[in-house]
Amino acid sequence: MSSTTTTTDAAHGAADAAHGAADAAGMPQLDFSTFGNQIFWLVVTLVVIFFVLSKIALPRIEAILQARQTRITNYLSTAEDMKQKAVEAEATYNQALADARLEANKIVAEARAEIQAEVDAAAAKADAEISAKAAESEAAIAEIRAGAVDSVKAVAKDAVKEILAAMGHKADAKTVTAAVTARMKG
Amino acid sequence: MADQSAKQGSGGIAKIAFFVVLAIVMVSGLIFAPEHAGLAIHPMDQFKIAPLFGGDHLGAFTPTNETLWMVLAIVGIVLLMVVGTAGGKEVPTRTQSVAEMAYGFVYKMVEDVAGKDAVKYFPGIMTLFMFIVFANFLGLIPTSFTPTSHIAVTAVLAMIVFVFVTVLGFVKNGAGFLGLFWVSSAPLALRPVLALIELISYFVRPVSHSIRLAGNVMAGHAVIKVFAGFAAALGMFGFFPILAISAVYALEVLVAFIQAYVFTILTCVYLKDALHPSH
Repeated sequence: MSSTTTTTDAAHGAADAAHGAADAAGMPQLDFSTFGNQIFWLVVTLVVIFFVLSKIALPRIEAILQARQTRITNYLSTAEDMKQKAVEAEATYNQALADARLEANKIVAEARAEIQAEVDAAAAKADAEISAKAAESEAAIAEIRAGAVDSVKAVAKDAVKEILAAMGHKADAKTVTAAVTARMKG
Repeated sequence: MADQSAKQGSGGIAKIAFFVVLAIVMVSGLIFAPEHAGLAIHPMDQFKIAPLFGGDHLGAFTPTNETLWMVLAIVGIVLLMVVGTAGGKEVPTRTQSVAEMAYGFVYKMVEDVAGKDAVKYFPGIMTLFMFIVFANFLGLIPTSFTPTSHIAVTAVLAMIVFVFVTVLGFVKNGAGFLGLFWVSSAPLALRPVLALIELISYFVRPVSHSIRLAGNVMAGHAVIKVFAGFAAALGMFGFFPILAISAVYALEVLVAFIQAYVFTILTCVYLKDALHPSH
């Protein structure tokens, strides 16, 4: 382009300044002699771009975007599945924990009941033994008390007999016994 | 941490490089004073179309500098959309993710603006968008040529959309497509007037559609050239226009994308009108 310009300039020589002014004023855009050429090459360019885009580039990019979208959707659904599984696993875990807790409570309650029963039995046995001992002791005490009363009776009878003998009376055994018995009752 | 320090390091280098360039520009401005002091600015020269392989004759099929940059746009599109996606990896490479982003960007635009039933015209709209975006951005390379700065190019793009949309509207809706011009919600007396206005605005569509794109691109490039001319003329103070060029260039990067976006979204809007002409 520049070489053309210089040759033109050289050819015009002295008229250079005037030529330049005319060039500056004129718009190459309005030079209708170039329109046919421009339109031809523009149409060629547009046709080429259209075919490159519509046959190669755009289908390829669409395929890429679609593949990516599919992949993302798949990943999302997989993630959703995983999440579901995690929730299920947690539920199972919680169930197991609850079961174990229930079992443990049951075992604790059973053990407690067993121990309680043993304790109760032992207490009952001890109570029984204690009351038996107490009864025995009471019987012994009663026996001793009875023995003591008899001894007192005999001693009293003897003592009365002796006292009466010392006072010169012949003691009637029957009377003395009756008297002592009456006295002791009273 | 290492990454951050590296970034800071490169920032420092960029800063140093900037000042070095500035110093060189100023010194060279002092040494190589402009030969003719007057303003010799030709901001439109960059839009000249010339045969690529020499010669003066410009036939209908002569490859031109414009052809070269259209072909480079094709190469760029193939590199991004075909070579960049070659692996088809599920975890994309950088290039592939840019290609996917471009796909998603336009696809969503078509779906949202023109509706679900417009998705089958997505490849065509994608073609328009990719061509404009690549032509615009390649045109930002200094000394390059921008096909989208030519009204012939954008007019063809706009006419393709206009004719396609109009034909599609009649094929899909028959005479019902004329309902687009008959505002049934307006009072009956006003409707013929409105129909005339709607009809005119409908036929103005391709004009505004094409001039908007070409005008934006051309204006930005021309402004940069004008500032560059100032820089050459101002000598030592040439760095002021150069700073301005940097700012305009940043704006141009924005415009390059936004105009491609605007062209595409308007195409979607027109497509929607063709598919659903009711008001």
